[in-house]
Amino acid sequence: MLLLIQYTLIFSAVLILVALGGMFSERSGIINLGLEGIMVFGAMAGAMVMVLLPEDASRGTIICLTLLASAVAGMLSSLLIAVACINFKADQTLIGTALNMLATASATVIIKGFNTARSGGTDFSAKLDYVRGHNAFMFSIGKLQLSWFIVVAAVLLVVAIVFFYKTKLALRIRACGEHPQAADSVGINVYAMRYIGVLMSGFLGGLGGIIYICAANSTWHFDYGVAGAGFLALAVMIFGQWKPERIAWSAVLFALFRSLSNVYMGIGFLHALPISGTVYNMFPYIVSLIVLAFTSQNSRAPKAEGIPYDKGAR
Amino acid sequence: MAEKTSFLKRPAVQTLLASVLCAILGIILGYIILCFMNAEHAGEGMSAILTNFFKYRIASTATLMKYMGSFLVKSVPVILCAEAILFAYKAGLFNIGAAGQYTVGIIASLYTSLALGWNWALCLIAAIVAGAVWGFLAGCFKALFNVNEVIAGIMLNWIGLYICNIILGGEKCMNQSKSETYEIKELNPAGLLPGFMQDFFGGNEYMTIAIPITIIIAIVILVVLNKTTFGYELKATGHNKEAAKYSGMNAKRNIILTLVISGAIAGMAAGLYYLTGIEHFKIASSVPSMGFNGIAVAFLGGLHPIGAIIAGLFVEYITLGGQYLNTNYYNPQVADLMISIIIYLCGFVLFFRTILNRPGKVKVNANAEPDDTAKKAEEKEV
Repeated sequence: MLLLIQYTLIFSAVLILVALGGMFSERSGIINLGLEGIMVFGAMAGAMVMVLLPEDASRGTIICLTLLASAVAGMLSSLLIAVACINFKADQTLIGTALNMLATASATVIIKGFNTARSGGTDFSAKLDYVRGHNAFMFSIGKLQLSWFIVVAAVLLVVAIVFFYKTKLALRIRACGEHPQAADSVGINVYAMRYIGVLMSGFLGGLGGIIYICAANSTWHFDYGVAGAGFLALAVMIFGQWKPERIAWSAVLFALFRSLSNVYMGIGFLHALPISGTVYNMFPYIVSLIVLAFTSQNSRAPKAEGIPYDKGAR
Repeated sequence: MAEKTSFLKRPAVQTLLASVLCAILGIILGYIILCFMNAEHAGEGMSAILTNFFKYRIASTATLMKYMGSFLVKSVPVILCAEAILFAYKAGLFNIGAAGQYTVGIIASLYTSLALGWNWALCLIAAIVAGAVWGFLAGCFKALFNVNEVIAGIMLNWIGLYICNIILGGEKCMNQSKSETYEIKELNPAGLLPGFMQDFFGGNEYMTIAIPITIIIAIVILVVLNKTTFGYELKATGHNKEAAKYSGMNAKRNIILTLVISGAIAGMAAGLYYLTGIEHFKIASSVPSMGFNGIAVAFLGGLHPIGAIIAGLFVEYITLGGQYLNTNYYNPQVADLMISIIIYLCGFVLFFRTILNRPGKVKVNANAEPDDTAKKAEEKEV
């Protein structure tokens, strides 16, 4: 049971961050289907930092540098979406899909190249080992093993809620997702706001990526990508109705189901059921579909999302 | 001069230009990536990708034709997935669920063939029906519950994948010692698709009726979209759902029907491929990339059914080329990277066309390319 709580907390941290990222992007008017790709880029950068840091690096250094690298990598990769969709009015769904493919392919190529170079040509795998970095993030309260990631996510959640409801900048970003022409007419730079929105999603998505791969594992095969976690986060975002506090609650719900697939072995009555482990893998997706079916009828997506902003149009 | 502008304004010419530009830029970027990985052998690597199976021309014509045949067979699924996606896209739906529809197509075709021992025609129909059902589910979520078809499609992709692992991982279909599905040839010879021009292609046993069927499907889609009322309704619904509803079209029915047809084509793609016996299914941890590559092919082909065939052959050619790379210096995934760059560039195809179409501003043409290259510089940073 303790394990279930542990996993649920860590998966909620991932889903909250990534879904908040998606929220800021969509609120500014850009659909971010590339969250999955952003997570991969963030995860790759963070994992590389953990592998490359010297043996005697202090715990604080590891934590700070890893998080920083992931966030920066996430923001850089989100620029791929921003430039294409904001300046070039590209099809946002297509660009998002392309980014996801680009991320998995380039992560595989880069990590394989990195491993080959480091091992002198004996290791061709796309796997990174970061046990030391993984341990640096862990701390315990009683029997409950926790990770600094959860603290980071909690702090960012509070910051996001305050930012979303209390600041002028957030209000402007939201205006650009609802009616960019109106926002423009009162002197708000729509392009700049959309850039901010997408960059924030890159920041949060990159962090979400490193948490996803590092929280429960100490190695990761980068040819797997992040196995749909980015899309689950999108479902969480829609279920959360594009509002930060509701996203937090729905993330916990989804995380609970996601964790079941990892820990059902340890829970007596679930283990006794004649169900193969693969069925539990399906659970979060089935649950999100059903939940979405019931909640999407009245869903209120930002009005202007997915529509490129054209200064000339009215 | 005036004549030249009008030539450039023809949609077909523009699409072709834009797609060729994408492809060339993708190849150039691929070369740059090869240079980054190992500058010394980059030229050699690129020529290996581009020469591809044509290196067998030295051996004999029969060998060359045989490899050419395998190349054609391997292009079938990606082309059909692209047809499925572009068909839905014309109706305003982004069928990212083609990957899942393809996956359930694999389940249906292999299970009916290996476990039930059905005849090939029935297996193929099973694959088509399975894909259609998966498309129907996505369509229902979209039309009845207002769930975005992209999200619904992605969830169904993963559900399909896990079901596939459970069903095909069982002892009836999978050779547990090799952890891949049994040969259809050994278990159920009647389950293999009938051959097609096998002698012409150097006796390639995988050359089947899948290839002519693919071409026929493309032509049928072309006709349905452009010459029938049904196609017109679909496109109208895609353009403006409200207006279509106002003029008496049943938008909900059209959404569901579109995704059913799209899913059926994606399911057929899986059936036509796996029933040739060229590949076995292995337990996978991620959704087959075929459905996603189909998106690339659909856009690269200018969202035109015949264009998709050409683009499909191109993308498969590059992917196949990755396997000819010298693995001492490079890994085959470089080809995947090139494909994904090309898809990314496809996002700019529509932009390129609007630039060309802007009235009276021929000058802007020249600006299109420098802008694109500035973009590229960004990409390398990441």
